Amino acid sequence: MRAPSILRTQAYRIVLVYVAVFAVSVAALLAFSYWNTKRALDAQTDQIIEAEITGLSEQYQQLGLRGLADVVISRSAHGGSGLYLLANSFKQPIVGNLDGWPANMVHPDKFVEFDYQRRVENRLETRKARGRVFALQGGFYLLVAQDVQERYLTERLFTTTLPWTVGLVLILGLVGGAVMSRNMLARLDSINRTSAEIIDGDLTRRVPIGSAHDEFDALAENLNAMLDRIERLMHGVRNVTDSVAHDLRTPLNRLRNRLETTLRHLDPASGEASEIESAVAETDQLITTFNALLLIAEADAGVTRGEMAAIDLAPIAEDMAELYAPLAEEKGVNLKIEPAGATMIEGNRSLVSQALANLVDNAIKYTPAGGAVTVTALETPQGVELHVADTGPGIPPEERNRVVERFVRLDASRSAPGTGLGLSLVAAVARLHDARLVLEDNNPGLRAIVRFPRPAPRTR
Amino acid sequence: MRILVVEDDLEAQRYLVNGLKEAGHVVDDAADGETGLTLALSRPYDVAIIDRMLPKMDGLKVVADMREHANTTPVLFLSALSEVDDRVKGLKAGGDDYLTKPYAFVELLARIDALMRRRSPQAVKTRLQVGDLELDLLTRTAKRAGAAIDLQPREFRLLEYLMRHASQVVTRTMLLESVWEYHFDPQTNVIDVHISRLRAKIDKGFDTALLHTVRGAGYMIRARA
Repeated sequence: MRAPSILRTQAYRIVLVYVAVFAVSVAALLAFSYWNTKRALDAQTDQIIEAEITGLSEQYQQLGLRGLADVVISRSAHGGSGLYLLANSFKQPIVGNLDGWPANMVHPDKFVEFDYQRRVENRLETRKARGRVFALQGGFYLLVAQDVQERYLTERLFTTTLPWTVGLVLILGLVGGAVMSRNMLARLDSINRTSAEIIDGDLTRRVPIGSAHDEFDALAENLNAMLDRIERLMHGVRNVTDSVAHDLRTPLNRLRNRLETTLRHLDPASGEASEIESAVAETDQLITTFNALLLIAEADAGVTRGEMAAIDLAPIAEDMAELYAPLAEEKGVNLKIEPAGATMIEGNRSLVSQALANLVDNAIKYTPAGGAVTVTALETPQGVELHVADTGPGIPPEERNRVVERFVRLDASRSAPGTGLGLSLVAAVARLHDARLVLEDNNPGLRAIVRFPRPAPRTR
Repeated sequence: MRILVVEDDLEAQRYLVNGLKEAGHVVDDAADGETGLTLALSRPYDVAIIDRMLPKMDGLKVVADMREHANTTPVLFLSALSEVDDRVKGLKAGGDDYLTKPYAFVELLARIDALMRRRSPQAVKTRLQVGDLELDLLTRTAKRAGAAIDLQPREFRLLEYLMRHASQVVTRTMLLESVWEYHFDPQTNVIDVHISRLRAKIDKGFDTALLHTVRGAGYMIRARA
């Protein structure tokens, strides 16, 4: 499989959807746990602050400003995570372990996060805190906060790793998907290749079965079982046509032999001799019809595919035109061959020439003296075509499908000699070559076209 | 001429043997492949007529074994199988000609005559002559009684084939196969029209006709009637 086309395959599309859903799930899971943790931690911090504020406001009521200041000083000296600042009505610090009033700390009774600086081992460190302002009677403000640096760092960890995590999930998913779908495609491809070879006529081919006993192996086994069955049926059809051919030809052979033996011992001038001669002729007609029917049956069953080779239609067209030229001339019909281009097909020379001979024979038969029959082999956008066009009475459009059927002869042609199998034989030969017999109006007359598929470039 | 017939259908065998004897040949017969092969390898034959489907040993195998033993006896296959695939198989196996049943006896006789003639050593000929009709194969010209005859290339090949088989019956299918190199059954007797044109060129205006129609069989070119 070529690399760009992998993106267009169903397997890869499934992988893409799967990876996208997985990445969204991972992101949602991480975001939820982040949000939940943060909420729980905040609630805990807020509770501590609430409790302290309640305690401190009681101290203030009992001991006054000085008493509160003492408590704040003692607690500030504690060195824990508690942060305190007592300030006047202008928010100028009085006592506490915060250096200054945080700029964003305006609304009382609301938890706010802010940055503050703290001296850690002779170094000033900016840290995160969360706290609340409490307005005291007398215009003083008390700020109670908790250091939340640890929580903040954890939070940062979450927010910075989330995109990376999702990215990693996506990349791993896509690479894994590509590998997986490549594997799947390789196996599908082997099934496809085998099928193509079988369609080409090699019925003995089978889909390779792996050792994994997975769904693909099950599919391969089923396909092979189906192919075994088709092969048996094809063999059956071939055997039937072979036995029909053998069982009918043997008595026909004896019949003809006996007639000929009788004829040899008769006086050629006698009446009996001419009777036997017409019996021989009838037998030959029977044989011709039987051969044509057998060929049509084989073509329908698709069994006569033996000798296909690269053949050129143009020389066959020329040969057939040359072969039939004297016959046409005798009838006063102008038989022309038109020059052709590239006309190579994959086919059986014998069958194609038989089909073309039938078409030319028909055309000459139905074209009145003074008319013309034109044989052309040419390449068109639809394929490689053989045309036999005449200026005879043609076939009405509604009858064109019917004349291809076996033994159908239009009333107008009942009197002309023929088996009625000519066109069905052409159609059968066409089917064997994956070609189509098309009958068109030649204005006036009939244009019979055998349209062969362009030969596929050999890939194997 | 000595002919080997290997055919398992006894009635067909009897008919063949009688017919060939009446035509003046010496005939040995076998009803199965193994006996046929033994006979073919033990005695010299001018032609072997072998049925395609035989008991004990298939006709194709018989011929393949003969060829393996460097036996070059010309072989004509008789077959009641469908033609399209089988003919090629027969020729590939080492057969020299192939006839589908039912066949006309004259067709069979004409073909074995041609096979035997093909076998007899011939000097490379550059000129063919029948009566006062001459064919120069090098200059590709034809003359009758010294007067040049103007022939189309296909007419020349047709006349050449007839003259190479002078005094032998040549059937229509043999002509289509050899001169046109096609093997199929033309619905109309197109070959007859070609022959009558050739006849008009070589026989018209002469007292003795050289190109004769053999009733129920085909054509023959010969000097005396």
